[in-house]
Amino acid sequence: MPKKNSMQIQFSSNSSNESFARVAVAAFVSQLDPTMEDLYDIKMAVSEAVTNSIIHGYENREDGQICIKCAYEDELVSIEVIDKGKGISDIEEAMTALYTTSIDEERAGLGFTVMQSMMDEVQVFSEVENGTTVKMKKSLGVE
Amino acid sequence: MRIDFIMVNRTLVVILEGELDHHTCVEIRQTVDREYQKKRAKNLLFDFASINFMDSSGIGMLMGRYRSVAICGGEVGLFNVSPEAERILAMSGIHKLMRTYTSKEEAIQALA
Repeated sequence: MPKKNSMQIQFSSNSSNESFARVAVAAFVSQLDPTMEDLYDIKMAVSEAVTNSIIHGYENREDGQICIKCAYEDELVSIEVIDKGKGISDIEEAMTALYTTSIDEERAGLGFTVMQSMMDEVQVFSEVENGTTVKMKKSLGVE
Repeated sequence: MRIDFIMVNRTLVVILEGELDHHTCVEIRQTVDREYQKKRAKNLLFDFASINFMDSSGIGMLMGRYRSVAICGGEVGLFNVSPEAERILAMSGIHKLMRTYTSKEEAIQALA
């Protein structure tokens, strides 16, 4: 029998939900009995994606909504972080390491770089004024 | 997030307890900067023993402290860093700006 499950959560673009989001995803993925390292990787990737939605998508406004869809099939975990914020006009530029638009906020510009190194696959879909979706995949127990 | 301070010579030791993300880094940045000025400290030394999560917001916070401390001729150091936190520190290349020490004593001596 293949292991298969999915969940979805939605929450306000309030920065205190960053920890809620990564802990909720980690609790769900824990059903697969992952290693501590895999779980930490997933928490980091989710934290980066949600932080991006809050800071960039919603420009620190707390009235936006962020949706996370998470599913697994056997050992393959898929996570989507979806916002309806302002979107990204140049995705390639946004994904460049050390690139940041937040000068006064002390951002390292490493969000996408961290996501890419923690997960096996990261895809970004975005439309200006319509929001951004980050789709990430990771096979557990694979180096 | 809990933030405690100890002043040793001219080094302000910052003991952080909790998770370093965008939300907590805003508070850390304000609290640490205020204490650093109040104590007229030169160096900043972060105790990471009770940090159980850190993402790239932590890197941004450390880079920001490096900039303000460097203006005062001081240095930033870290100790008690977990292997998980060390991974993102290494990835960011921040070790060109600040060292991870093996103990508080070693750090205090090196920074003095």
